Amino acid sequence: MSFPLLSLVTFGPLIGVVLILLMPRANAARWIALITTIVTLALSLVVWAKFDTHVEGFQLVEKTNWLGGGISYHMGVDGISMLFVVLTAGLMPFCIAASWESIQTRVAEYMIAFLVLESLMIGVFCALDLVLFYVLFEGGLIPMFLIIGIWGGKRRVYASFKFFLYTFTGSVLMLLAIMAMYWYAGTTDIVTLLNGVHFPPQMQTWLWLAFFASFAVKMPMWPVHTWLPDAHVEAPTAGSVILAGILLKMGGYGFLRFSLPMFPSASEMFAPLVFTLSIVAIIYTSLVALAQDDMKKLIAYSSVAHMGFVTMGIFTLTHQGVEGGIFQMLSHGVVSGALFLCVGVVYDRMHTREISAYGGLVNRMPVYAAFFMVFTLANVGLPGTSGFVGEFLTMLGAYLHNSWIAIFAATGTILSAAYALYLYRRLIFGALVKPALKTIQDLSLREVAILAPLVVITIALGVYPKPIFDVTTPSVAKLINDNKTALAFDHSVGKVAAVQKRAVQ
Amino acid sequence: MTLQTDLLTLLPELIMAVGAMVLLLAGAMGGEKTASLISWGAIALMAVTGVVIVMWTPDHATAFHGAFVADSFARFAQILILIGSALSILLADEFFQPAAARFELPVLMVLATLGMLLMVSAGSLIALYMGLELQSLALYVLAAFNRDHLRSTEAGLKYFVLGALSSGMMLYGISLIYGFTGTVEFTRIAQVVAQAGVGIGLIFGIVFLISGLAFKVSAVPFHMWTPDVYEGAPTPITAYIATAAKVAAMALFLRAILTSFPHALAQWRQIIIVISVLSMVLGAVAALGQKNIKRLMAYSSIGHMGYALLGLAAGTALGARGVLIYLVIYVFTNLGVFACIQAMRRGGRQVETIADLAGLARTDPKLAMIFSLSFLSLAGLPPLAGFFAKFYVFLAAIQAGLIWPAVIGVLASAIGLVYYLRMVKVMYFDEPAAAFDGGMALGSQAILVISGAVTLFFIVAASPIISSADAAAKVLFP
Repeated sequence: MSFPLLSLVTFGPLIGVVLILLMPRANAARWIALITTIVTLALSLVVWAKFDTHVEGFQLVEKTNWLGGGISYHMGVDGISMLFVVLTAGLMPFCIAASWESIQTRVAEYMIAFLVLESLMIGVFCALDLVLFYVLFEGGLIPMFLIIGIWGGKRRVYASFKFFLYTFTGSVLMLLAIMAMYWYAGTTDIVTLLNGVHFPPQMQTWLWLAFFASFAVKMPMWPVHTWLPDAHVEAPTAGSVILAGILLKMGGYGFLRFSLPMFPSASEMFAPLVFTLSIVAIIYTSLVALAQDDMKKLIAYSSVAHMGFVTMGIFTLTHQGVEGGIFQMLSHGVVSGALFLCVGVVYDRMHTREISAYGGLVNRMPVYAAFFMVFTLANVGLPGTSGFVGEFLTMLGAYLHNSWIAIFAATGTILSAAYALYLYRRLIFGALVKPALKTIQDLSLREVAILAPLVVITIALGVYPKPIFDVTTPSVAKLINDNKTALAFDHSVGKVAAVQKRAVQ
Repeated sequence: MTLQTDLLTLLPELIMAVGAMVLLLAGAMGGEKTASLISWGAIALMAVTGVVIVMWTPDHATAFHGAFVADSFARFAQILILIGSALSILLADEFFQPAAARFELPVLMVLATLGMLLMVSAGSLIALYMGLELQSLALYVLAAFNRDHLRSTEAGLKYFVLGALSSGMMLYGISLIYGFTGTVEFTRIAQVVAQAGVGIGLIFGIVFLISGLAFKVSAVPFHMWTPDVYEGAPTPITAYIATAAKVAAMALFLRAILTSFPHALAQWRQIIIVISVLSMVLGAVAALGQKNIKRLMAYSSIGHMGYALLGLAAGTALGARGVLIYLVIYVFTNLGVFACIQAMRRGGRQVETIADLAGLARTDPKLAMIFSLSFLSLAGLPPLAGFFAKFYVFLAAIQAGLIWPAVIGVLASAIGLVYYLRMVKVMYFDEPAAAFDGGMALGSQAILVISGAVTLFFIVAASPIISSADAAAKVLFP
């Protein structure tokens, strides 16, 4: 058996946890956490380097017996999941660095929670067994619950409970669906389920709905998105970064990995529902974002709108739509994470998220204003930034599928420009009149070091997105082809059944 | 079958019985100051019995004309009972101050454990009743062991009165079953039912038998005694009732129903589904308003027995396997929780309200961590052990086509999650209250380490437990 690289990336952060338990002093914990996350990032880049972009199936596969009876410890990545591993490992060092000074109480516990969370999240994207996937998917709730509840803002208890209960309730139904799939297929192995198992259309409907309950909450799709603004507002900065950057992506990943390939007929049947919800999310939550006077809430609502583009794109089942959806998720992971870091910068100084408490920051914080500008424009989807590529491709896919969807979605991009630029104007421009702001300091070296790499990534991906598409294209092509074949099969079965029915009559 | 082989089959039980007598004599001669010594003697006795069970017992044998059975199912449950009992005695030894310690306590616990061992190896209705009563009578006394305490005596009395009622119902059911089948032996009953079918009289018998057994596992609607007894009994005794006694009762439930009435599945399944669903829902909802942590644990255990019964409702070997896995995880997690509860002392006095735990993560981070892990495990969250307990039960239920009970079950677990999370919230999010007395006793610490290890590492070490539960469960389906 070859070297278990993916297991090392996944469970490497737990080594950091053990070290922090041995040396629980605040400063030691910070350094251990930072070094652990950087090493993990380096390892995830090794995964990318070893990844063969010509292979459409799973790579770096590891498989050993786990629970027996067709449930095994099976890890591997393909073009859809690999970049999410890199994204997770990539955002983590920023989270640790952003918490360097803003977290002063119970530092060791905080770092442990983040490292455990990192381990579970990377595992979600590597897992090739449904039970393993579920364990890691749900396990991530516990550290996130603690992060919001212990280090969060004033209404942290409410927000943490809401977050937990929404996502948990959605997921338990998925668990039952997983069990039903196990009894039908005799295994929970994802590779087997993807390549050889065909669920009857009637069963697909129920399974699809159960999975949808989980992923729609996680995504989050309108109308089950209400936990997100609360969780975002109350979570500490790094918690918001992880929520927006990675946890939300698990929903989209789930649709791509399970719903579309495993339940093709049901996905086709429910696609109009998904499109409707996506369009509502794009337009409605953009309007809601316009009306916010809390910075974090505004960005949270904009996340819901951006995720609307993702669900719209991947359910078109066109190359453009699906790849655009994946790209949008990756880009949004970086950009929204960066936006929350930017909010965190001023929050650390002023301890308020009220937009009205700010204004004219450009006078005293020119560097900050420049950084914030880049991320705001990326959020709007300006060509040349990473935000443009994903949004454009998803709309292209939607246009190919049904032009009306694309027209509605396009209005959403106008609205996103409105709320993002409006936020920028209120924070940065104007006269600096608030007395509390007169002494505000520009970015420290640490903060520049955190934000600068994110600017580079945002622009680099916007100008030259090819490395991403090199990775995703073969797997997406396989996904779409398999889906077409399975659909054709279902239709032929349906026709035969209809003919038989007529013959009986 | 000679008397000799019969006795050899029952060797573990005989060792326990003789050991109990020896301990009683030693205590009577040595007086109260030997209490701790007797406790350790009892633990050693259980360890020896455990070794004999693992090394000695035949794979499949019956004794006294089928009254007792020794097989891997009995073995699995007996080991679990012995672990629960021994660790409860360890807790009890540390719970009572040296001045208040009495040697009768470990002796009574050995006798109750003997009853439990007989229960799980019972092969006939008479043996079942005998084991059950031996266990119950000892438990009634144990619940009232703090005899100067009003609530403890109340708990003992309530337990006794309601227990006697349920015993009566069960005995009535046994007599009906005997009357309509002409035998008390489980396997013979099954043969008779297979030939003669299920008559109305037999159904009445089954209903009464299930009522009595449901009382012992505290399933709704026979759960009323549970909160009061859990709250009133001394904490280690509560732990004992919550772990070893529940294992024995549930294992007995499985064997009695599954081996006697495989051909009446359609009839008894409806009853089990109803009490299972009711227990899951009531356990979750009623626990929400509790302020006393022992009452909370009572409702929690009602809910957990509901989940376990869902495995029985499946009526398959997979269902029985699910129940056994459930019991293993349940025993270790509960022992951890009760060891934590026992550590809640301020100024030498036991405190029991949930508010007393406020901010425990600051005053005693290690205790708070194990406490929280146990609660999250009880809530069934992965990657902790409790998730796998629920997983295997629901897996069996889905296979048996019990979709709706399973859906209600998972939604009830989402409701139950609220109160488990509230415990974590109190310990981690709230401002600290006064610290507990430090210096936790060594035995409690050991229990916490064992329980925490099972909770955390079950995920990597699950395979052998699952396969031995599998082997044990298959015995019930020849």
